[in-house]
Amino acid sequence: MQYYRHAVDGRPGFDRMAKIPKYTYPNLRGFSSFRRCSILVLALACLLVWACLVGCGQKKSSENICIAGSTSVQPFAEKLAEEYMREHPRMRIDIQGGGSSAGVLAAQQGVADLGASSRELTPEEKKLQEIPIAYDGIAIIVNKVNPLNNLSLEQIRQIFQAKITNWSAFGQAPHPIHVITREEGSGTRNAFEELVMGEHAEISPVALVQDSNGSVREIVANDPYAMGYISMGLVDPRVKAVAVDGVPPTRQTVKSGKYKLVRRFLLVAKELQPGPCNAFVNYILSPEGQSLLESEGLVGVGD
Amino acid sequence: MKKELFIERVLFFLALSSIGSLLLITVFIFLEGVPLIAHTGLDNFLFSSHWAPTRGHFGILAMIISSVFVTLGAMVLGVPLGLACAIVLAEFSPQPVKTVLKPTLELLAGIPSVVYGFLGVVWLVPLIRDYLGGPGLSLLAAAVILGIMILPTVISISIDALSAVPDLYRDGSIALGATNWQTVRRVVLPAASSGIITAVILGMGRAIGETMAVIMVAGNALKIPTSILDPVRTLTSNIALELAYATGRHREALFATGIVLFIIIMILNLTATVITRRR
Repeated sequence: MQYYRHAVDGRPGFDRMAKIPKYTYPNLRGFSSFRRCSILVLALACLLVWACLVGCGQKKSSENICIAGSTSVQPFAEKLAEEYMREHPRMRIDIQGGGSSAGVLAAQQGVADLGASSRELTPEEKKLQEIPIAYDGIAIIVNKVNPLNNLSLEQIRQIFQAKITNWSAFGQAPHPIHVITREEGSGTRNAFEELVMGEHAEISPVALVQDSNGSVREIVANDPYAMGYISMGLVDPRVKAVAVDGVPPTRQTVKSGKYKLVRRFLLVAKELQPGPCNAFVNYILSPEGQSLLESEGLVGVGD
Repeated sequence: MKKELFIERVLFFLALSSIGSLLLITVFIFLEGVPLIAHTGLDNFLFSSHWAPTRGHFGILAMIISSVFVTLGAMVLGVPLGLACAIVLAEFSPQPVKTVLKPTLELLAGIPSVVYGFLGVVWLVPLIRDYLGGPGLSLLAAAVILGIMILPTVISISIDALSAVPDLYRDGSIALGATNWQTVRRVVLPAASSGIITAVILGMGRAIGETMAVIMVAGNALKIPTSILDPVRTLTSNIALELAYATGRHREALFATGIVLFIIIMILNLTATVITRRR
């Protein structure tokens, strides 16, 4: 620094100094600020227009139903809607995700006709009308090469509390257990906490957190030392679902109530009135709708 | 003339609206987040690492520490590499090489972060799991991916800074008998230092703000990391992971996380601006 200051600045009348370009703040994107700003405004305007056009509850024509909520229910609701719309071409059913809490909130505020929840309603939310549509088992999954076949509820609790942290506890070669859980607020996690952890036990902060059933399954499928929990309907041959207290997660054991880790899928509404919405709910509860859910891996509510 | 005035007004309005929306976002974040900080107390919020929002614990210390370490890791990997690349391109490459390589490197910036994350999950994470141990999803994985992601920022701003150094300096140095490398190290680099520091700080801003790729490869565990193979959750991933489901206090807590992030990035950007202006 000193060196060149002296060499260049120190000489009076050094007129080429004037040609030295001043270092200016680089323009990263190559857009002028005007273009950048107008692009932003345009984007905002587009967003607004889009929101008005697509927004749920904006146009409540009689042939439109909007369902929002649990991402666990979403894929099943989409299948049902698809089937229903094929039979009733004039109907339009929008299914949106957002999570159970968002779904319940949407139903309360009337933003959506039906909210989908994969957790039980809290006492304050009980004012809503709830319609159970199916049972979903939560499967504890491990990698396919893992010899583990059965766990007790207590063992699962201790693993997720990080009280059991090594596979050697199950007579396997010593290696840390990679525990994978879902993010706080997820319906699957809520159900798991309720069914396994109970009031006082908390899932250990050491556990890896993934934001969907799919990514939990992906990790367990690739990591021989991982353990996680996902919706039973989403178990595929790449992972192994272990038995809980000796009961394997199957449709029969869920239906008979033998398998312990089961939650209900609910649709909630402020007030279900006769109309397209009610018709769709009836379709879901009909043998046809229920068998569709069963074929997707859920367990129907009827006997 | 009237038309001119009209256009001027329109432009003025457009400019205002972009600043306005920025201001609105800031106000909104603070309105949503401050009540929670007031509720839990600033020290409980910043200096506790117990995060269980549905049970009423809102400590984000582990995430602040993780964010810092992931960012530092990215810096350690990305800055030397980026700077070296910038020096080669700006000082030692013939013009044709420069005209081909620089835009190519800038193209790297256009790759969506989810693609980096996906590459990380498919390629980097199994490598770490198999050869270094741990679950693979880790601080190291996040740092490596971010280190690559900040390269374009660091390189392109550093090149601009280096080429802004007048050739007079180089000529003077060479005339005094210095070699090319001595010239670069003793003359050009010190002269461009403020621009290079700006590059590093803006790269840091990019790293600390990155979300998608980090969620995919960092493992998102809530523990304060004790090794680079531990899974970590950064401030940004915390917001993105949980926002979809959050209501009530939980939602406020996520906005409060946003405030902390906002302040950190503000400080970084301000530092960059001050350093650039000082020259």
